[in-house]
Amino acid sequence: MSTKTSAPTQTAADQAVSKFLEYTHASTAAYFDACVHCGECAEACHFYLSTKNPIYTPIYKLQPMLKAYKRHKAPLSSIKRLFGLVPEQITKQELEEWSPLVYDSCNMCGRCTLACPMGIDIAFTIRKMREGFVAADIVPGDLRQSEKNALETGSPMRVQAKALQAQVRAQEKDCGIAIELDKKGADYLVILSSMEIMGYPEVIGSLAKIFKEAGIDWTISTKAYEATNVGIQIGSWDTARTLVQRVVDEAEHLGVKYVISPECGHAYSALRWQGPNLIGRSYDFEVIHIIELLHQLTTEGRLQMKSKNGRRLTLHDPCQIVRRGGLVKEPRALLNDVADHFEEMQGAGITNFCCGGGGGVSANSRAAKLQASAFECKMQQFNDIDGLELIVTPCANCRTVLEDGLEEHDSPLEVIGLSELLAQHLDHRQT
Amino acid sequence: MTFLEFVEGPAWYVAITIFTIGVLWRFLGIIAIGRRTDMSAPKGSASAGFVKAIFRHFLPRTIFAERTRVHILGGYSFHLGLFILLFFAAPHVVFIKAHILGFGWPALPRWAFIIAAQAAFAGLILLWVRRICDPVMRQISDWDDHVGTILTFLVMLTGCLALQESVEALRALHMLFVNIWLIYFPFSRLMHAFTFILSRGYTGATYGHRGIVP
Repeated sequence: MSTKTSAPTQTAADQAVSKFLEYTHASTAAYFDACVHCGECAEACHFYLSTKNPIYTPIYKLQPMLKAYKRHKAPLSSIKRLFGLVPEQITKQELEEWSPLVYDSCNMCGRCTLACPMGIDIAFTIRKMREGFVAADIVPGDLRQSEKNALETGSPMRVQAKALQAQVRAQEKDCGIAIELDKKGADYLVILSSMEIMGYPEVIGSLAKIFKEAGIDWTISTKAYEATNVGIQIGSWDTARTLVQRVVDEAEHLGVKYVISPECGHAYSALRWQGPNLIGRSYDFEVIHIIELLHQLTTEGRLQMKSKNGRRLTLHDPCQIVRRGGLVKEPRALLNDVADHFEEMQGAGITNFCCGGGGGVSANSRAAKLQASAFECKMQQFNDIDGLELIVTPCANCRTVLEDGLEEHDSPLEVIGLSELLAQHLDHRQT
Repeated sequence: MTFLEFVEGPAWYVAITIFTIGVLWRFLGIIAIGRRTDMSAPKGSASAGFVKAIFRHFLPRTIFAERTRVHILGGYSFHLGLFILLFFAAPHVVFIKAHILGFGWPALPRWAFIIAAQAAFAGLILLWVRRICDPVMRQISDWDDHVGTILTFLVMLTGCLALQESVEALRALHMLFVNIWLIYFPFSRLMHAFTFILSRGYTGATYGHRGIVP
């Protein structure tokens, strides 16, 4: 490809194209070459379904990366070029116009892959394509700010260690259990999302109760407490690697055996699945999702419930934990332990709808209107369950998005995290 | 050399050579691009996921089936009809024996040919009409989609016209379009007939590693 440019605007486009090509691996090339333009992916996408606007067809959102591939990298493209049959060079203006499709209308939820006859992983290809947009600096301002915050303070919301310590002390007081910070040699290191620390700090107290009951030796670090990874959302390999490395360094410094990924969808994906690839090596510890651990503890009989929740409740599946993380049965088994009236919504499990806020969309104010529109698909799922009173979700970001959406609809439905619900019904007989 | 001898002789060999080299070049070219080794601790088998996904995506998931029923109907009707015609139409069996493999197999009776041809035509036309009428398909379709469809249609149409084998010109016309179709194939989206294996497989491998097959 040509990297020589005559104008600054072209330089940005060329940088984007370079990244597009760098991230076009064999899988991406196969996706581009296998797509038959059937449009079935649209029927799985809440942004299309709620707007009926064909520009929100998932595969269409990949056009800039597809064009770069066809022009520069596709096998036989050199022969096609002789006949003028390759796409035009991408321009910065084109990328700027495309930015809302890349950042505002895709949660990287991966539901479209399930409907695609070719099995194309559009979500992960969007993740790769965002690398090009970052290289060209065509990124929504809010996400750029979150990235800056995360790199400077460790938290996209600028939650600093003092704030964490204050929340931990308040929770210690509430639940009457001491929480040791920065404990060397602990078995488990808990990391949290800023949303949990500031919005739902009771999750810290809930974990303290659960871990005391199960006899878990755990700690929270004041140096690496943030689980979220804005680099994954914005599409910056360097930022994603830096943020993962902080957690890895601290976990290995403390000598923990496990790092517990919290109730946050993309945090699990970032540390568990993408992390080793980002830093270029495997870890000296294991990553376990809190849902996996809770399931393991109940299965082993180390946690028992003294009562069940009597309200009619359902489970919202966070995409990165369930559909793309493989934890389908675990949250259901836990809920069945603690709920009398657990009812699945239509499409529950790997075909469930996204909340509409994943993939950085909820942090991107430019996307607010579209996100609210996409939430209609989720709302419909709730409305289809007669007498629904409570929604359980093991993701703090989903929880925030659901609460905001429900408030917009003047809905009396409540939302709660899974760990918190379990802690409320825990049998303390063993302590 | 008659025109029929030309399209069944030199032109055929040129076309099938371009087809074979082109398909292999593109298929192997995609694999040669390579992909990063997944360094995360596996929860399942990537290889098993690769294979499972290839078969899993033959069947639509129930929740999407109603919304995509036109495609399911058209897609299966066209592809099954086409494969039956391609490998079991009597003239094809004879041609494959004479020009490609040196051996043949039992061919379809005429009535079965008619049914397969009708299914293939109905499916192809249904998908094409949808490509033209459906706003989503219109948005994402390009000239390659239409050229591929038109060429396939012409190959099928001229094949049906040549079935009786009573007019040499019709057989020659069919072979002409077959040759054009074969040359066009590796440069076009028709390649999905082979690349679907990689597309489904790579996704299956990624998520098979995570213990799930989407």
